[in-house]
Amino acid sequence: MTDRAASDMIDFSYFPGCSMATTSKECSLSLIQACKYLGLNLIELDDWNCCGSSSAHCLDIQLGFELSVRNLTLAPANRPLVVMCPSCFRNLRQAKHHLAASRKLQESVARRYDNLVAGKLDIIHFLSVVGQMDMEKLQEKAVWSLHKIKIAPYYGCMLAGPPPFKPQQGDSFCIERMLEAFGARIVLWPNIRWCCGTFLTASKPDVARDAVNQIMESAVASGADCLVTACAMCQINLEMRCTLEKKIPVLHFSEILAIAMGADEEQWNTWFRYHLVDPRPLFAKLEAAS
Amino acid sequence: MSGNIDILHEQGRGKSFSDEIRILCGVNISTCLQCRTCASVCPFYEAMGHAPHTLFRKIQYGLRQDVLTSSAIWICVGCNTCASQCPAGIDIVAVMDVLRQLALETNMPIPEEDILNFHREVLHSIERYGRTHKLEIMLRYKIKSGHLLADLDTGMIMLAKRKLDLRPSRVHAVNEIKRLFKKTWQET
Repeated sequence: MTDRAASDMIDFSYFPGCSMATTSKECSLSLIQACKYLGLNLIELDDWNCCGSSSAHCLDIQLGFELSVRNLTLAPANRPLVVMCPSCFRNLRQAKHHLAASRKLQESVARRYDNLVAGKLDIIHFLSVVGQMDMEKLQEKAVWSLHKIKIAPYYGCMLAGPPPFKPQQGDSFCIERMLEAFGARIVLWPNIRWCCGTFLTASKPDVARDAVNQIMESAVASGADCLVTACAMCQINLEMRCTLEKKIPVLHFSEILAIAMGADEEQWNTWFRYHLVDPRPLFAKLEAAS
Repeated sequence: MSGNIDILHEQGRGKSFSDEIRILCGVNISTCLQCRTCASVCPFYEAMGHAPHTLFRKIQYGLRQDVLTSSAIWICVGCNTCASQCPAGIDIVAVMDVLRQLALETNMPIPEEDILNFHREVLHSIERYGRTHKLEIMLRYKIKSGHLLADLDTGMIMLAKRKLDLRPSRVHAVNEIKRLFKKTWQET
């Protein structure tokens, strides 16, 4: 499949976050590939910084806010800001929410930054970008059929967000709707939003291991060949902390999307070499979409 | 504190513990129904030892030290599973953030030193590079916590798979980041 002409592309600002830049490069690479197929032009925020992850708001709420706000001031108001990491998404959205609610914070930020667009800025997770697309059109554009693969969709917890945020339109079944469009078989299983343990993986590995094993065990029991997740943190925790003998690969949402839309074996092998549980056997005999 | 319930006493003095929390984060925990929904959905209830509703009851009773020295406020990862189900619509994670901050500001003993050390190393890395350099965070954390050999195999696999970069990804305007840092989280 050839890339579209630049004039047809829709522009988005893009906040990668530390995981995309380092520990989950395959997620970022496959996202960029998927966006080419979808006609989305991701423009990375210039000189973005870490959103504070979990640690900033855990120790210093004000610092967490400030780290996120600096990123918001880097984004032009005339295009939405797409975020791939659910934890970054939560932090950036929370900062915008706090800013909107307080004149004092607005004045403080306006004194220090030229570009105070946060109030008007549309912050959107990539999953919602896909969720708002016409799935029939997506189906028409599919190059590979996933009908031989059984998939457990796994959202993780971070997209849920605190009470001020209602789930965005199309979010609840977005992974299922997309996978269905590509012909995949979707399994029913109980832990679609169960937390993987996030940062406890470093400081309380036993607690994270128990959470991860519970998730993996139920996905395996459901008969799935792999999990597809919207969260890079979940992906790495599930691969790294699972101590069960029977494990199945954990794919990023962007990888399965890019594959179905036309990536070739050489491309997906460059993503899969970063995986700790090898997904290549799953895609060895893909058939063309009809 | 051994069940020394002094809520009336505290109210007599002015602000109660729950008032203080409401002022700090705008969340009113006096609407907690004690329905235990948070306890039944929390993925880490067992490790935390207290579910949010227990902490909230103690806050309502003014048991300040009991709450601020609990492991629960540190083990909570802020996954929002409880808050998304809470029938009273309480932003539980915002309260947890405030409780941790109060514990640090009032120099309470922190029972979960490893978690605190890990967070400090993450912030140290952000202050230095503007982004998290995960290899350095894990090495510094392991030296500080004394768990140098734990997880060595996982670390080697991560290195071999090139998931841990040797060099950090950096912000050019790192001075802008340094200015955002206050002293509150740093060790004295």
